[in-house]
Amino acid sequence: MQYSPKVLKHFRDPQNIGQIDSPDGVGEIGNVVCGDVMKLYIKVEANAKGEEIIKDIKFETYGCAAAIATSSAITDLAIGKTIDYALSLNYNSVVKYLDGLPPIKIHCSLLSVDALVMAIYNYLQENKKPISAELEKRHQRILKKAACKNKSLF
Amino acid sequence: MKKSIYFDYAATTPIDPKVLKAMMPYLEKKYGNTASMHQCGRIVNDALTESRKTVSRSIMAKFSETYFTASATESNNTVIKGVAWANQDKGKHIIISSIEHDCILNSAKWLEKQGWEITQLKVDENGLIDLDQLKKSIRPDTVLVSIIHASNEVGTIQNITEIGKICRKKNVYFHTDASQSYGKIVIDVNKSNIDLLTASSHKIYGPKGAALLYVRHGVKIESLLHGGGHENGLRSSTVNVPAIVGFARAVEIYQQERKKEAKRLTALRDKLTKGILENIKGSQLNGHPTQRLSNNVNISFDKVEGESILMMLDMEGIAVSTGSACASASLEPSHVLLAMGISVELAHSSIRFSLGRWTTEKEIEQVILVLPKIIKKLRKISPFKN
Repeated sequence: MQYSPKVLKHFRDPQNIGQIDSPDGVGEIGNVVCGDVMKLYIKVEANAKGEEIIKDIKFETYGCAAAIATSSAITDLAIGKTIDYALSLNYNSVVKYLDGLPPIKIHCSLLSVDALVMAIYNYLQENKKPISAELEKRHQRILKKAACKNKSLF
Repeated sequence: MKKSIYFDYAATTPIDPKVLKAMMPYLEKKYGNTASMHQCGRIVNDALTESRKTVSRSIMAKFSETYFTASATESNNTVIKGVAWANQDKGKHIIISSIEHDCILNSAKWLEKQGWEITQLKVDENGLIDLDQLKKSIRPDTVLVSIIHASNEVGTIQNITEIGKICRKKNVYFHTDASQSYGKIVIDVNKSNIDLLTASSHKIYGPKGAALLYVRHGVKIESLLHGGGHENGLRSSTVNVPAIVGFARAVEIYQQERKKEAKRLTALRDKLTKGILENIKGSQLNGHPTQRLSNNVNISFDKVEGESILMMLDMEGIAVSTGSACASASLEPSHVLLAMGISVELAHSSIRFSLGRWTTEKEIEQVILVLPKIIKKLRKISPFKN
């Protein structure tokens, strides 16, 4: 199993580590028994066009090098972007951004995407904003599967 | 890349230069096949004979009870499947411990699918089996007891002489996988009533591709590899003479160095253990505190995942291994640590340092210096704050 140089770079110097004081949304996924836990915080603001963007994003992750690198990657991919764009990110976006992941580690990229989805959902729900049927479906799917089962998806 | 520090001697060892020197003639000019009758074959057959003498003497075995295979995995597969197959008239029950290497465990699991019954003995928190449970588990249809001598993961050394005594009394074959202990600990197959034993060349500064399978006279065992009848019919395959010559040379070196090396490694091991436990909060030693291999340190770090520690150490040029699920092909944490009652979380966070012939005090100090910073960094990223 070999990590790409980009994975190692994000593992060694992860972007956007830590917490956000009074965040607008928080997403948490995974559990210690499975070996990875990700917590993602977002701050949302409106841009000049009036679109809601992810102004700030931070993460805390317990997990392997891939879990830390994919957490870092998802924050890089989502920061400054609109919520709609952030919701369009999928595990492929993360894997591509990191120049690939060992097949057995693909589930880590999915975890990071799920953590972002959870944070956005949390934001929308807390602020009583409309939640699309698709997002509701994703949210339910994430809640349903036990964190460990993520691994058997691939 | 930084100068690398190797702390993974339990995975494999580099070849001792003296071993390589002994092997070279058999890689260059002495290339014959031991089964050939001509001079070219006889020369290498003589080398095979000498090597077998050396290796058999090292465990007080008879020359004709000593077989060469290609790996400890092969030796262990031959024992589990070969003894099971050859002793079906007696029964189809095998006893192993719950902390065996995967090659024993998965061979036994495979037999289970073919209709054999497997009992896995529990271990205590230090990794030792319970001799009373062993006694109670042996049945009239038990054909084999296979217990790892020293754990590859936590280094705990079983009381094989006691185990051997029980098995002999109950008239059941006793096999021990001595892959990690062979060379480091004196083994006498007669004193310990061992009927079958596995040891490996590449764990004792010999080359990969050679291993020992000891089979006591009278033990019924079937071969896995049928063919030209090499190794007295137990293991057909053209004999890997260069590797076996190297293996035997590695054994000779160990016989000279054992005492001195054990003393030196034990001191280094204890310095490393103490240095880590004292400098890193929330760290604990896994395995037996004293009855353990002279070169094994296995430590868990609360709330940090092992693969990330391994990768951070790797970036510092330090090579270790981990029992974390994230570093295994199966994504399961170490079955050995779980069997010892260690929580899944702490199993994920375990790091094994295995020391060896070229480990220096400076290297130990380097680990004690960089590891606390690594753990601190990873804990900072972690959502669990201590």
